[in-house]
Amino acid sequence: MGKTFAEKVLAKKAGLDDVVPGQIVTVRPDHLLMHDNTSAIVSKVAEDLKTYGLVNPDLPVIAIDHVVPAVDEKTALGHAKIREFVKAYGVKHFFDVGDGVCHQIVVEKGLALPGQLVLGSDSHTCTYGALNAFSTGIDRTEAAVLLLTGETWLRVPETIKVVLSGCFPRGVMGKDLVLRIIGDIGADGANYMAVEFHGDLSAVPQDDRFTIANMGIEMGAKIAAFPVDGATEAYLAAHAPGAAYEPIWADGDAAYCRVLTYDLSKLEPLVAKPHTVDNVAPVSEVKGLPIQQAYLGTCTNGRLSDLQVAAAILKGKHIAPGVRLLVIPASRGIFQAALADGTIATLVDAGAMVGPPGCGPCLGAHQGLLAPGERCISSSNRNFQGRMGSKDAEVFLGSPLTVAASALTGLLTDPRDEI
Amino acid sequence: MTVFKYGDDINTDLLFPGRYTYTCGKAEEILPHLLEDLDKDFASKVKPGDMILAGKNFGCGSSREQPALGLKAVGISAVVAKSFARIFFRAATNQGLLLVECPAAVDAYAPGDEVVLDLGKGQITVGGRAYAFPPLPPEMLAIRDAGGLLPYARQRLKATRGQ
Ligand code: SF4
Repeated sequence: MGKTFAEKVLAKKAGLDDVVPGQIVTVRPDHLLMHDNTSAIVSKVAEDLKTYGLVNPDLPVIAIDHVVPAVDEKTALGHAKIREFVKAYGVKHFFDVGDGVCHQIVVEKGLALPGQLVLGSDSHTCTYGALNAFSTGIDRTEAAVLLLTGETWLRVPETIKVVLSGCFPRGVMGKDLVLRIIGDIGADGANYMAVEFHGDLSAVPQDDRFTIANMGIEMGAKIAAFPVDGATEAYLAAHAPGAAYEPIWADGDAAYCRVLTYDLSKLEPLVAKPHTVDNVAPVSEVKGLPIQQAYLGTCTNGRLSDLQVAAAILKGKHIAPGVRLLVIPASRGIFQAALADGTIATLVDAGAMVGPPGCGPCLGAHQGLLAPGERCISSSNRNFQGRMGSKDAEVFLGSPLTVAASALTGLLTDPRDEI
Repeated sequence: MTVFKYGDDINTDLLFPGRYTYTCGKAEEILPHLLEDLDKDFASKVKPGDMILAGKNFGCGSSREQPALGLKAVGISAVVAKSFARIFFRAATNQGLLLVECPAAVDAYAPGDEVVLDLGKGQITVGGRAYAFPPLPPEMLAIRDAGGLLPYARQRLKATRGQ
């Protein structure tokens, strides 16, 4: 019997010939991602670190990204403590305020490679499955212990196989595909499981794969993984030049607990309605609802191609009166590229506000929160009640195209009506 | 003992709002905001030994551990749910918070029912009717028995690196 991607990676990392779903294995991750929560993580084991030291200065990848620049003294102190830790223990991979959202930095800087195992104290660590890494989220306490031991346990997951074919029609992107899947299987449809993407992936650009893998956690998945193909290789050649890696992929006769098939050409623009990500509906069903804010950014859809498709809709036009369009590039690199090619100018001319690379209002900490009764269309990955400000506000999730089209009209809008 | 009952997909923002996540990490900072957007009376009503019953996918969403840490600190004796989201499952185990997956017991519960957990037998009794639940894997039991992942890891570090 063949093996799935998850079974192969975990067997390799555990130094075993063979593992089966349900088995618990001890593994040593290649990297451990932490962000603003680093200060809280480190403070749990401050004394232990003095005794035992940091297990490996190459293990942690730290990005200060969630509440940047600091919003108050307490946040500033948290950031300062992170910088102290980085200095005291010689942490090799550190990215300060303004460098970008942690998940974008990890992929952009070549810190998650095919076949690697990456754990992170953030649920969207699953993003790097788009680069064929086995990557998943853990809690702060576990991250703290990893700093000391470099080791933890994982349960070998069952796997869902998703087979894709066809090309996205006009106005439809990777975001719509992943919303379709989450809507179909539910917010816990892949709980404890791995998700593998198979079939013809040639029409799914690398940026869309990041979006799709990123939202694996929104269906409960432990990982959401893609094979290595030309698009992956091109991305790695640009962002991890010269890096050695060993792609791993499932055998043709691997055993799956469920198989789903999607013809991309049959998809349409979708939204997740308040207040759960699996509350999915075609944009056409909700179009016409007024919005007060449109948010383009985050680790889900703050990449260059996302900004570019939004700019294409808004070029030479202006957003509707009474709408705030917030654009937050996911990293400094993306910000620079979008400045260089005129994307930022187009967006600002159309009425957008541009924020510093980081998480922005995604987690409800600052920079664009919602008042009671307000409605926002967001390119992010969660629309939980109260997540982006008032618990009496509504967040709809959609693609960058849907965000831009809605900002333009001031109403939830099917992007096919505006391109 | 009070049983608090909630529905499906209770996410981490409902358990502990994201707006506090980088300023509140210690138990005493977490407690006033616990379940704030789900049940605003919870923090003032909850007493040690109380229990939570919930539907499927309890704890979905963010990797923030404050929900698990906070529920353990207020003395919640167990969360019984139809299923748990995986990061929450790890976080709770790592805090030494007892989780029990038992859909039948959740469905059976009616307000006022007495709920009794028997860990040894792997059995939960709801209003006099008994339901079995599967035992935790030994790796997780060891962590819980040590009082959480930090004490567990410290024991092991001491043993292997002798400090
Ligand atoms: S952008 Fe949002 S979802 Fe992504 S890491 Fe930041 S807070 Fe989390």
